[in-house]
Amino acid sequence: MTLFARYRILLPVLSLAILLAATFYMQPRAMSYFGVNLLFNLAVPIALATIAQMCIIMVNDIDLSLGAFVSLVACVVATFLNDTPLLGLVILLALVLAYAALGAVIHALDLPAIVVTLGMSFVWGGLALFILPSPGGSSPDWLRTLMTVKPPFVPMAVVASVLIAGITHLLFIRSGLGTVLRGVGGNARSVARAGWPVIRLKALAYGCAGLFGVLAGMALVGLTTSADANIALRYTLLSIAGVILGGGEFTGGKVSPVGAVIGALTLTLAASFLSFLRLSPDWQIGAQGAILILVLTARLLFTRRDAQA
Amino acid sequence: MTISRLLLGAATLAVTAGAAMAETSDKRIALSNNYAGNSWRQAMLQTFEEVGGQAVSDGVVAAADAYTTSENQATEQAAQIQNMILQGYDAIILNAASPTALNGAVEEACNAGVTVVSFDGIVTAPCAWRIAVDFKAMGREQVDYLADRLPEGGNLLEIRGLAGVFVDDEIHAGIEDGVAAHDKFTIAGSVNGDWAQEVAQKAVAGILPSLPEIVGVVTQGGDGYGAAEAFKAAGRDMPLIVLGNRQDEMAWWAEQRDANGYETMSLSIAPGVASLAFWVAQQILDGQEVPKDLVVPFLKVTQDTLDEALESTPEGSVANTVYTLDDAKAVIAEAK
Repeated sequence: MTLFARYRILLPVLSLAILLAATFYMQPRAMSYFGVNLLFNLAVPIALATIAQMCIIMVNDIDLSLGAFVSLVACVVATFLNDTPLLGLVILLALVLAYAALGAVIHALDLPAIVVTLGMSFVWGGLALFILPSPGGSSPDWLRTLMTVKPPFVPMAVVASVLIAGITHLLFIRSGLGTVLRGVGGNARSVARAGWPVIRLKALAYGCAGLFGVLAGMALVGLTTSADANIALRYTLLSIAGVILGGGEFTGGKVSPVGAVIGALTLTLAASFLSFLRLSPDWQIGAQGAILILVLTARLLFTRRDAQA
Repeated sequence: MTISRLLLGAATLAVTAGAAMAETSDKRIALSNNYAGNSWRQAMLQTFEEVGGQAVSDGVVAAADAYTTSENQATEQAAQIQNMILQGYDAIILNAASPTALNGAVEEACNAGVTVVSFDGIVTAPCAWRIAVDFKAMGREQVDYLADRLPEGGNLLEIRGLAGVFVDDEIHAGIEDGVAAHDKFTIAGSVNGDWAQEVAQKAVAGILPSLPEIVGVVTQGGDGYGAAEAFKAAGRDMPLIVLGNRQDEMAWWAEQRDANGYETMSLSIAPGVASLAFWVAQQILDGQEVPKDLVVPFLKVTQDTLDEALESTPEGSVANTVYTLDDAKAVIAEAK
C-alpha cells in the first residue's frame, strides 16, 4: 500500500480528524459554530507562523527567532499601526525587508541560520520591549473586526485556515517560482547551475517568512486586542512542530503548506484536548510531546513499509 | 380553606425564597492560573482547592476546578480560557499571565455570559472584575510605620525587586511618596534584591561599606532575611527591617525578639486571595451588585500576631489567610 507515500497529506489529515472526533466526544458543546471557532481561532496566528517557519525550512534552514519576531510585530501592530497607521505600515514593511536581508546575509557569508536566528531572537525581543516596556497597546478596530467576523455557516477560524492553506498552496506548490524555491532546499547547487541567483531566492524565501510572520502577529493582536513583548515566544517551537507534523522534512525542500496549516490546527487542538481530559499541567507538555512522537512514528512506519513495497 | 390555601401559598413562597438564597448551587466556577512554580502560587492553589472543595460539598456551587497552564504564556492561557467557555463554566477566576494579552479571550467569555473575575495578575478588559493589589500603599505603609517607630528619622536602605517589573515600580513609588511625606528620612542607598534572600544578601553586603548608619530598611518581601544576614555579617547595628511574611523572615524575627526584644512588622499579599476571588465570583453569580474594581487587603503580621502566623506557616512558604464569604462581602461593601 503506497497510499501514505503518494499522499503525504493523508496522515496529517487523519491525525486531525481523529483528534477532532475525540474532542467532540469529550466535549459535545464544542460541536457548534461557536465551539469550533473557540477551539480554533487561536490556531490562525499559529498557522500563519507555521507557514513562515515552512518558508525557512523549505530552503533547508531553521528559524529560532520566529516567536520573538511575531511578538515584536504584535507590539508594533498594537502601538504604531493603531496610532499612526502609515508609520506602522512602514515599520512592518521594514521588518519584512530585514528578514529578506537576513536570508541574503546568511547565504552570502555561509552562516549557520540556527545561530543567526537565535541571535536575532534577542534583537527582536529587545526591540519589542523597547516599543512596549509594559503590556498594553490596542488592536486597530478594522483588525479586531476582521478577526471576530462571523461569516455564515462556517466560523472565521475555519474559513481563515482554508484560505491560508489554499493561497500558500498556490504560492509555493503550484507557481513556478515556488517550485524553484523548493528546489533551493532540494539541491541549491543545481538551481544555481540552472542560472538562478540563489542569494535572491534565499532572500525571497526569508522575505516570505517575514511576511507571514507579520501576518501572524497581526492576526494575534486582532484576537487578543492588545500586545505584550512576550506574547508569542512559544510560536518558535510550535511552528517547527507544526511544519513537521504536517508532513514536512527538515531537509530537501519537502514541505507542504496545507500540511503545515493542518499541523498547526492539530497542535492547538491537542492542547485543548488534554485540557478537557483534566490532565495535570505537569503531564500536559509531556503528553503534547507524546502526541507528536506518535504521529511521527506512524509516518516513519508507513514510509518504511512503502519503501520496501 | 381559603386561608389554609393562602398559608400553603405563603409557605411555598417562603421555600422558594429560601432556595433563592442558594441560587448558585448549580453554578460551576473554574480557576485559570498561569504559573505554579513558587511557594506563593502553590499556597494559592491549595487554598482554592480547600475553599472550593468545601463550597462544593456544602452545595454552595456545583464545581470549583483549578486549571494551570503547562507554560507561563499568555497565548496558552487565552486558549485555556476559551476551553473553559466550551466546558460550560459559569464563572472563571483568573490570575493572568498578562494584563492585556488575554483581553480577547476574556471578551469572548463575557460575550458567552461567563463571569470573569481577575485577581493578583489582573486583566484590563472592561467586562471583567478586578481584585487588585494596591502595591503603592504597601510601600507607603512601610515608611509610615518607620516614621511611627523612629520619630527622629535617619537614613534608610531600600531593597527593590526585579528591575522592570510593574510591581517593583509601584512599591518603589509608594516608598518615594512616603519619604516625601516624612522628610526626616532619606534613602541613603538602593539595591535590587529580586525578591530572593540570596540575591538580597549579596546586594546588601555589596553596598553596606559605602553607607552611613542605617536606621531602617524598606523591602518588597522575600528579601528581609537576606538583608538581616548581610548586616550581621558586616558587624553593623541591626536596623529596623520591614519584612514580607516569608517563613524564614518571621522565624528570624521571632529569634531576635526572644534574644533582644527586636520589634518590627511584616506585610504582604496572602495567597489566599484566590479564596476571596472565589467568593466574589459566587456573589456575582448570586446576582449581587459588585463594583468592577476591588482592592485586596494586605496581610499584616505584627509583634502580637507573630507567633500565631509563624505557627501556621509551613517552612519555605509564606503567611496565608483564607478569606470567607463575609470577608468578600466586606471587601465589596468597602468598594461601593
